[in-house]
Amino acid sequence: MKLTQDRRSFLKMFSTSIGIGVLYTAMPSAAAVAGTEREFFNFLGDQNGERPRPFSFVQLSDAHVGFNGPPDPLGTKAFEHAVELINGLPQAPDLVLFTGDLTHDTEDKDVHAQRMKQFLEISKRMKVGKVQYVPGEHDAGLDAGALYREFFGESHYSFDHAGVHFIALDNVSRAKPEVGPDQLAWLKKDLARFPKTAPIVVFTHRPLFDLKPEWEWFTSDGDEVMNLLAPYQNVTVLYGHIHRDHDHTEGQTRHLASRSLIFAFPDPDQVQDRKPIPFDKEHPFKNLGGRLVSENKDARPSFTPISMDEVKLSLREFKEINGIQQILKPISL
Amino acid sequence: MFKVRNRYVVLALLNLTMAFSTSSSVRADEPVRTIDITAKRFEFAPNQITLKKGETVKLRLTSADVMHGFFQRAFKIDEMIEPGKTTEVTITPQVAGTFTTICDHFCGVNHGSMKMTFVVTE
Repeated sequence: MKLTQDRRSFLKMFSTSIGIGVLYTAMPSAAAVAGTEREFFNFLGDQNGERPRPFSFVQLSDAHVGFNGPPDPLGTKAFEHAVELINGLPQAPDLVLFTGDLTHDTEDKDVHAQRMKQFLEISKRMKVGKVQYVPGEHDAGLDAGALYREFFGESHYSFDHAGVHFIALDNVSRAKPEVGPDQLAWLKKDLARFPKTAPIVVFTHRPLFDLKPEWEWFTSDGDEVMNLLAPYQNVTVLYGHIHRDHDHTEGQTRHLASRSLIFAFPDPDQVQDRKPIPFDKEHPFKNLGGRLVSENKDARPSFTPISMDEVKLSLREFKEINGIQQILKPISL
Repeated sequence: MFKVRNRYVVLALLNLTMAFSTSSSVRADEPVRTIDITAKRFEFAPNQITLKKGETVKLRLTSADVMHGFFQRAFKIDEMIEPGKTTEVTITPQVAGTFTTICDHFCGVNHGSMKMTFVVTE
């Protein structure tokens, strides 16, 4: 099958800044409901096992429930504010992906369990279709993820949603920043079911590339993960851990970090030591939250850092595939 | 296709190829300095070691409490420090500079601050 039209004209991406995390929406354009476009979506459905349909999701990260500062004396307030903002969206997102460090670690198992309960109590207030989690090292580093699994289930898994394949990877439970051979073998098997055009979203805690190794911002076998994903043309990696925005493209894959819901780290280009940005009581949510996705002159997506207290709920429509444009972007049908 | 506003990615790659070599090949007439490093939550002792460029040293790593890691990308070191055991690593720095080494085995609440530095002089 050979389709001649520009695939990108079939889709519109909506991006809503909600001040915390990022809401992604993949939306077929009006033209995509008939004719060749219909064939195109049917083709993707046949190839990938599920016909793409419009949907949206949010990424949240690093709530560190139980952390009691300094620098952040606000505890769970930013997390709870995020829940309120999500519940206030005009249309509820299908999914929320939480990319690790749901809780802050403690060696007292009972206290840690209480923190996980508190996290879930807040998380379950979100009126969304589904919330999916991966652990951070503060959730799972001390006990190989045993307590995390009691509360949240398996730490690596995959699922399909609206024509997109989502893969949760655990790069913290081995205590070191690594995925490990067993999970790599699982990933290889999981991917084998899909054609190279399948839209894939990987979500994990640590970056899968060497962002700043001396700050432990890396995954030692991240290159092996990316080698397995390399043949796939529509891959987006979402991660947390670094408590700040970051946008990095390598090969065909875009890697996007979400801000934290507790405190921010500085730009490692600007400082030597990894120390949290001091708390500003006049702007308590400053440097927390997500990215504002906006369109610039050449129609490429722009991810602008935002602060929670500066954000207005806004909806931006893109004429082409923007935001995490790999989703539903067929390259070589 | 790098969108490199992060020059540290490039620097890390340069370091990988230029800065250090881990080697056990030492001339017979050159005494090898041995340095003991103890890891305990959440510090290394000593926390700074000064070497000369081209000097070969043997590091003897031990833990005073729990499992720790010893990671330096430019050194190509990625070791575990297991309680009750001694881990030995030999390095020969080829470039002057300051190199941060971290514990990369999660060891507790202040794990993120557990680090030491190698200062390599001309």
